[in-house]
Amino acid sequence: MNLFKRAEIAPLEYTRRLWMRAWIAATLFFLYAPLLVLIAFSFNDSKRNIVWRGFTFKYYGKVLENDGLMAALGNSLTIAFLATVFSIILGTLAAVMLWRFRFPGKTAVEGTMALPIVVPEICMGVAMLVFFAKLDWPTDLPWPLNLSAITIAHITFCFPFVAMVVRARLAGFNKEQEEAAKDLGATEWQAFRDVLLPHMKPGIIAGALLAFTLSLDDFVITFFTSGPNTITFPVKVYSMVRFSVTPEVNAASAILIFLTILLTTVALKLQDFTKATA
Amino acid sequence: MTEKQPVISIRNVTKRFGNMVAVDNVSIDILEGEFFVLLGPSGCGKTTLLRMIAGFEMPSEGHILIGGQDMAGVSPNQRPVNMVFQSYAVFPHMSVADNVAYGLKISGVAKPEIRTRVDEALELVSLGGLGQRMPDQLSGGQRQRVALARGLVMRPKVLLLDEPLSALDAKLRAQMQFELAELQDNVGITFVTVTHDQDEALSMACRIAVMNKGDVAQLAGPSDLYEHPANRFVADFIGSVNIFEGKLTVDEPEQAVVDCPEVGRVFLNHGVTGAHETTVWVAIRPEKITMLPAGQAKAKDSPDGHNIAHGQIKGLSYLGDVTVYEVRLESGRSIRVSRPNLSRWDQEDFSWDDKVSLQWHPTSPIVLLS
Repeated sequence: MNLFKRAEIAPLEYTRRLWMRAWIAATLFFLYAPLLVLIAFSFNDSKRNIVWRGFTFKYYGKVLENDGLMAALGNSLTIAFLATVFSIILGTLAAVMLWRFRFPGKTAVEGTMALPIVVPEICMGVAMLVFFAKLDWPTDLPWPLNLSAITIAHITFCFPFVAMVVRARLAGFNKEQEEAAKDLGATEWQAFRDVLLPHMKPGIIAGALLAFTLSLDDFVITFFTSGPNTITFPVKVYSMVRFSVTPEVNAASAILIFLTILLTTVALKLQDFTKATA
Repeated sequence: MTEKQPVISIRNVTKRFGNMVAVDNVSIDILEGEFFVLLGPSGCGKTTLLRMIAGFEMPSEGHILIGGQDMAGVSPNQRPVNMVFQSYAVFPHMSVADNVAYGLKISGVAKPEIRTRVDEALELVSLGGLGQRMPDQLSGGQRQRVALARGLVMRPKVLLLDEPLSALDAKLRAQMQFELAELQDNVGITFVTVTHDQDEALSMACRIAVMNKGDVAQLAGPSDLYEHPANRFVADFIGSVNIFEGKLTVDEPEQAVVDCPEVGRVFLNHGVTGAHETTVWVAIRPEKITMLPAGQAKAKDSPDGHNIAHGQIKGLSYLGDVTVYEVRLESGRSIRVSRPNLSRWDQEDFSWDDKVSLQWHPTSPIVLLS
């Protein structure tokens, strides 16, 4: 009878209600409208970038020809890669330590480890600046050693994120699995490698993604620790904006967004892939 | 029977966690090739004892010998025992075959041998052909078989099983009880199982150690535990039982009488060896009591007025094979009686509020001194 009429909305079918859909749409608009405008105007054929003057790719070409920007991008990717690698190692080990052992002052250690997450970035930045100045950290080293200060600064605020994510993952680990491995003859290290590490892997990948993106787009802390020869991508974009917001800045930002999305997708696919073949 | 060697000797083992004594001066010899069960309520120390054998806990006092060797300071990966964990602890990121092969790989067995032994082990637990499956594609029962195969493939001196069947549903559990016992018989490896389920223990074990509060309450075979419990704890824990307090009034080599205020005088056709007038307990199993319509009871093997009680049916639960009646005696005490439903109309014989007489044979009551 009701062949052409859709079934009435059941009490819990919120997603079929108009006000719910409107709310979702509003949320998505709020989140993505600025980004879409940014990307759209990167194709704007206008120097001043206030009104739309037609479609062009030329600013992307300009970005790619901008040696300073490309060098900054290279710096950023290098720093992000190094910071991620070290953050994974430090963060995972910290998570395992906090999960496995009970020791005096454990709560304090946990708290101080989470500190870089909550401390205002500006404070971290100033602290890093003072720290490296006091150490008299050499600034005139050849590439990529001149990035060491920034990289160390990035590791300090990235690895707590890895530790947190891996720690959460470990909470769901069945300790009997580790005991089973040892019962079957595995040493402490073999049990870690064969049982604990595979369990932590999704957490480590998620943590690595976090660390990489955090490092790649960090501005405040980097600003305080970078020297004239160690400009990173966000810092470079900032200096470009100081003169005028050209479509070139838009294009550069869009490239950064694409890069982040691409890397995230690859990492997530990689995770699916390892799950499917494990 | 030839003298069997103990494969595990637990000697005066005590385990303390802080102030709590989990295992209290326990000594047990587990024999080569037997199916040994540690049975007890939760918190009785049975799992702690098993974990000490596996090496995950160290005794606070005492020694554990496996194959005659003292295991003090020997870590779990060096012990000639393997364990099947309560959660099975199957490695979720490895296939069934890789799970089973893990121990062999770690100990450096050659690849071709690993293959044949893994296949053998999987065949043994009827998982042949499922080697390439991942654990999340298996049912609970199958996962447990993987855990079993993973232990058995190592050919341990002893296989330890921690509550192996507790996570399975009732039907599967009953089936696995038989399979485990048969498997153990086939491979000839000593099995030590921990369980809180008396049916499981009775159906599978050669010998059972009943544990209570860190102590071994009794160590005996299944039928001895049931028919000759050593104390009230064991009588009550294994199966269903009616226990009455009484005084020993007659105690001769050929007969004894216990005067129980709650059921009257209980006559036994054997001596008890207890002091006159001491307080003892009489335990009678529900299935060893005969229920008859009021007035028809005549305890012919016992003196007049002994081994007989009268009451009224106050509760009734029909369980299919038997019906369990709750009879309120004249003393006000309730007593359980079970009656097999031998024909399809048996359960209609008695109903709520019927007046009945109960009687039992002089061999049925068990006298307990503690």
